Amino acid sequence: MSDRGIRARHSYREATARRRLAGLLDEGSFRELLGPEHRVTSPHLAALDLPAAFDDGVVVGAGLLLGEPVLAASQEGSFMGGGVGEVHGAKLVGLLERAVRERPRGVLLLLDTGGVRLQEANAGLVAVSEVMRAVLAARAARVPVVALVGGGFGCFGGMGIAARLCDAVAMSEEGRLGITGPDVLETTKGVEELDASDRALVWRTYGGKHRYLLGEADRLLEDDLEAFRTAAAELLRVSARPLDLEELEREHRQLGRRLAEFGGAADASEVWRAAGVERPEALPLLEAPEFLRAVAGARRGGR
Amino acid sequence: MTAAELLLSLFPAGHSGREEGSLLLGSGASPEGEVAVLGTAQGLEVGAEEALALAAFVLDVVRRHPARPLLALLDSRGQRMSLRDEILGLNGYLAHLATALELARQRGHRLLSLVYGEASSGSALALGFMGDEVHAVEGARLWVMNLPAMARVTKIPLERLAEVSRTSPVLAPGLDNYVRLGAVESVWQPPLAAALSQALRREAGPDRRSERGEERGGRLLARRVAEAVRGGRGGGG
Repeated sequence: MSDRGIRARHSYREATARRRLAGLLDEGSFRELLGPEHRVTSPHLAALDLPAAFDDGVVVGAGLLLGEPVLAASQEGSFMGGGVGEVHGAKLVGLLERAVRERPRGVLLLLDTGGVRLQEANAGLVAVSEVMRAVLAARAARVPVVALVGGGFGCFGGMGIAARLCDAVAMSEEGRLGITGPDVLETTKGVEELDASDRALVWRTYGGKHRYLLGEADRLLEDDLEAFRTAAAELLRVSARPLDLEELEREHRQLGRRLAEFGGAADASEVWRAAGVERPEALPLLEAPEFLRAVAGARRGGR
Repeated sequence: MTAAELLLSLFPAGHSGREEGSLLLGSGASPEGEVAVLGTAQGLEVGAEEALALAAFVLDVVRRHPARPLLALLDSRGQRMSLRDEILGLNGYLAHLATALELARQRGHRLLSLVYGEASSGSALALGFMGDEVHAVEGARLWVMNLPAMARVTKIPLERLAEVSRTSPVLAPGLDNYVRLGAVESVWQPPLAAALSQALRREAGPDRRSERGEERGGRLLARRVAEAVRGGRGGGG
C-alpha cells in the first residue's frame, strides 16, 4: 500500500490555483506579478456581460523551490474552465519572457484548462499560439519549463500541445491530458465515438496512467501537493530536453514506434496489453506506487 | 484556390510540390533560392500520422539543407478528432511538429506561413501559426467556432454574439478578424510569387503578434499585460 496512512495528503486536485502554488513553493516565498490588486480583467467578457476575474483565471509570479528561484503560473479551472483568453494568455507569455530575461532555475506551469476560452475565441487561439512560441523560446534559451497536470479540468485543446512542448510533464492519475477533450469529442463526433459520461473510459484514455505508459508524461504522481512539489524540483534538476536535432530525432523515432505498435488500438487497455502489461484490466485500480511497479517493463519513452 | 493552383502561382519557375493524401511536401524555385514547401490541402484534419510526416519533412530539411526557408501552406480544419488519435496522444505528435519547426527557426531557417484555405485549432497552432510571418490569401477562412455553435456552447444568445462581432474581432470567424488581432501579418495579393520573394528577403524577428494586435486595435491588452509581467525595459512588475 501507499504511504497514505502515514502522512496526511493535501489534494492537488481539490486545491485552488493559489493554494497549489503555496503548497508547491517554499513556504511564504511566492510573489505574485500583476496580481488581483491591479484589476487587469478581460475586456471581451465585459462586452458580453460576463463576470470577470481580477486575475483573469491565472496566477503568475516568482518564488523559491527548495531554495532555488523559479517562476510559476497556475491556472484556475473554476474560472471559465481555465480557458485561455487575451489577458490570461498574455500573463503566461510575459512570465515565460521574464524567464528568458531573469534566467531562474526554471518555470513551472500548473495547467488546468480546457484550452482556448470560447468567449474570446479568436484572441484565445492567438494567445495559445503565443504561449507555445514562448515556451519554445524559453527552452531555446535553456530555461527548463515543467508542466504539472493534476487539476479537475485537465489540460486540453492547444494547451495540451503546449504542455508537451515543455521539458517535462508530471501528472497525477486524476489529471487528464489530450487535445480533443471528451466533451468536444462527443459533441463533434457523436456518443458512438466517445461517451463523455463514461468516466472509466475518459480516465483510461486521457488519464495520467495511460499518458505515463505512453511516455507522454514523465512522472505519475499521487494526488498530493507534496508529491507534485518533490517531482517539480526533481524534474527541474534532471530533465532539460535539449532543443537539438539529436533529441528531436529520438522523439521522432519514439512517436513512430508508438504508431507502429499501437496505431490499431481501439481502447487504451489494448495499448497496455500490447505493451506487455500483465494484467491490464487491473491498472486503473492500482495506487501510483503499485502502478509504477506494474508498468516498469512496459513503459515506452519518457524520462 | 486548389493547392496545385497555389503552388503554380507561388513558384512560376517550377516546383516539385506534390499532394499525397492531402499532405503537401516538396520544394519550389524562387529568385531567392530553393524553398522547402510543406502543408495541407482540402481542409485536411491533421492526425498523428500526418503530424509525424510533416515533422519528418522538417527534420529532413534541417539535416540536409541548412538555412533553406520553409513555407507552410495551410488549408486545414484543425486536428483530427477521434478517440483513436487521443489514445495515441495526438497532442504529443502536434507538439513534436511545432518543436521541429522551432528547431528549424533556431538553426536559421526562415519560417513563412500562408493560409490559403481554412485554418483552425490544432493544425493552425502546430503548423501555420509557428511561422515567423503568417500571411493569408483573400478568401482564407480562419476560425475557432461559428457563432451558432458558440451560442449553443456558451448559452449566449446568437443575436448578442452577432452584435458584439460587428465591432469586436474576437468572436466571429474571418480573415479580417485575424488580421486585426495581429495573427495574420498581411493578405497577399497576386502575383503571389512577388509577395513570397519580398517575405523571403526580410529578416526573421521575434514574435510581434501582440504588438500588431495593439496597433490594429484588435487586442489592446495583450502586449501591455505581457510587458508588465515580463518586467525590465522600464516595465513594471
